[in-house]
Amino acid sequence: MHRALIAGIAIAILCSVVGLFLVLRRYSLFGDAIAHSSFGGVAVGLLAGVYPLWTAYVVSIVSALVITRVKDRFNISGDASIAVLLSSGIAVGLVIIGLSGGFTLDIFSFLFGSILLVSVDDVVLILALTGGILIVVLLLFRELLYSTFNEEQAKVSGIPVEKINYLVVFMAGLTVVTSIQLVGVLLISALFVIPNVSAIMYGKGFKQTAIISISFSIFSVVAGILVSYIFDITPAGTIVLISIGLLAGTMGIKSTGLLSKN
Amino acid sequence: MLKAVEIKNLSVKYPDVKALDDVSFEVNEGDFLGIIGPNGAGKSTLFASMLNLYTDYEGTIKFFGQDIRKSKHYLKQIGYVPQKPIFEKNFPVTVKDVVRMGLQSESDADRIDEILQQLWIHELGNRRIGELSGGQQQRVFIAKALVHKPKLLILDEPVTGIDQQSIELFYSILRELNSKQNITIIWSSHDLDAVNKLANHVACLNRTLFFHGESEDFFSNDDLVKQYSEASMQEHMHHH
Ligand SMILES: Nc1ncnc2c1ncn2[C@@H]1O[C@H](COP(=O)(O)OP(=O)(O)OP(=O)(O)O)[C@@H](O)[C@H]1O
Ligand SMILES: [Mg+2]
Repeated sequence: MHRALIAGIAIAILCSVVGLFLVLRRYSLFGDAIAHSSFGGVAVGLLAGVYPLWTAYVVSIVSALVITRVKDRFNISGDASIAVLLSSGIAVGLVIIGLSGGFTLDIFSFLFGSILLVSVDDVVLILALTGGILIVVLLLFRELLYSTFNEEQAKVSGIPVEKINYLVVFMAGLTVVTSIQLVGVLLISALFVIPNVSAIMYGKGFKQTAIISISFSIFSVVAGILVSYIFDITPAGTIVLISIGLLAGTMGIKSTGLLSKN
Repeated sequence: MLKAVEIKNLSVKYPDVKALDDVSFEVNEGDFLGIIGPNGAGKSTLFASMLNLYTDYEGTIKFFGQDIRKSKHYLKQIGYVPQKPIFEKNFPVTVKDVVRMGLQSESDADRIDEILQQLWIHELGNRRIGELSGGQQQRVFIAKALVHKPKLLILDEPVTGIDQQSIELFYSILRELNSKQNITIIWSSHDLDAVNKLANHVACLNRTLFFHGESEDFFSNDDLVKQYSEASMQEHMHHH
């Protein structure tokens, strides 16, 4: 239970920070696509007899970088490239499972997460990744924000925009595969997107928006884990429902004008 | 005198059009150059080539003697105000956040208030950029282009859609930057009167460069002015 909470909080922070850049780049569903391609990665791992999480990292990140390259090279739109990535990951997984005569993948925990079963090793990995990615984000804050705000102007200011784009994709890949343990493949977008959509309505400046998003995200995850523990249900659904509740609340408050911007 | 910019035999071919054809000219440090030319003349293309946005050009471009293909460091000494700054309307950044993007290092944060004050937008500092009017946004992007104290300021038709009063203020700011702070300015505009008043040099561009020199020489030559006006008129008629 403690382990679940610690891992959950770390993942909440990670998803909201990385997700904010994706949402603002109109790349909201990219997390979803990476999550689906990790299905192919897991299948490769099971087939090769390697710990599936590692192959999921490699396959997801490599295919996300490749699709980004292809998208830029051939001028494919963002949403179409997401669709390609998403379906090809699933397809690879299905074919491999078919060829190997099927194996026992714990489909349920892969699809919906299994945060309550997280091991000490997993927690250490999650904390290390969270720390690493946050440090990178802080160090390259101006570059990340500027190239997200306006690519052309960032280029004119001498920022290596293409490299920064790949960095965002790389961080998204790491984050998604790590977070699958918490909410599973199907609901990963929720953690990436919902707290950020709420926060963008409240926050004025960028840092304020990021802090609000992180707070919403942590609140949803902690409350979700506790509630699901009490009622003995899967945490993923509860977490997402709570964050949707926060979003609905935000919209309610906004439309009544209580939160008028000056 | 130091040469801020040297452009030699610059040509740009897009798949369907040749946008620039063998353009050569120089800009001295401290100059205020107005670039005029009808729609589609290649003004934005010229700037894109100078600013690392378009790199497939032929010819050479030098910035303070350095070929810009060799190192991208020169970009840190340029301020650029684009023709239309594009961004998401609900992007969660304040005016100060936007201006801060123009700074190379956080240690110069005092410059942000200073430049906002100078452009008369200090009371907007904590507003979201997307909530401002077009003219206010324009000034924010000028502040961003100036916050790191560039040696060269490039402005691409920066006054479209701005009211007369703001334009006057904007012009007086440009004049001051150029004369008091010795910032070299390259500015493209369709407003011949304004170019006449502000710029000390004029370049007339329409795929090729067909005039470059002192602005007095241009504006005292009725033939040239008439030629330019006709070129723009023709362009105008094509569009209607
Ligand atoms: N990215 C591009 N790809 C292909 N052709 C382009 C591109 N950008 C500009 N062009 C073409 O090059 C020519 C010059 O365009 P450019 O934008 O440089 O003109 P301009 O002088 O800035 O015009 P305006 O006054 O309308 O801003 C035009 O014919 C335009 O259609
Ligand atoms: Mg233009």
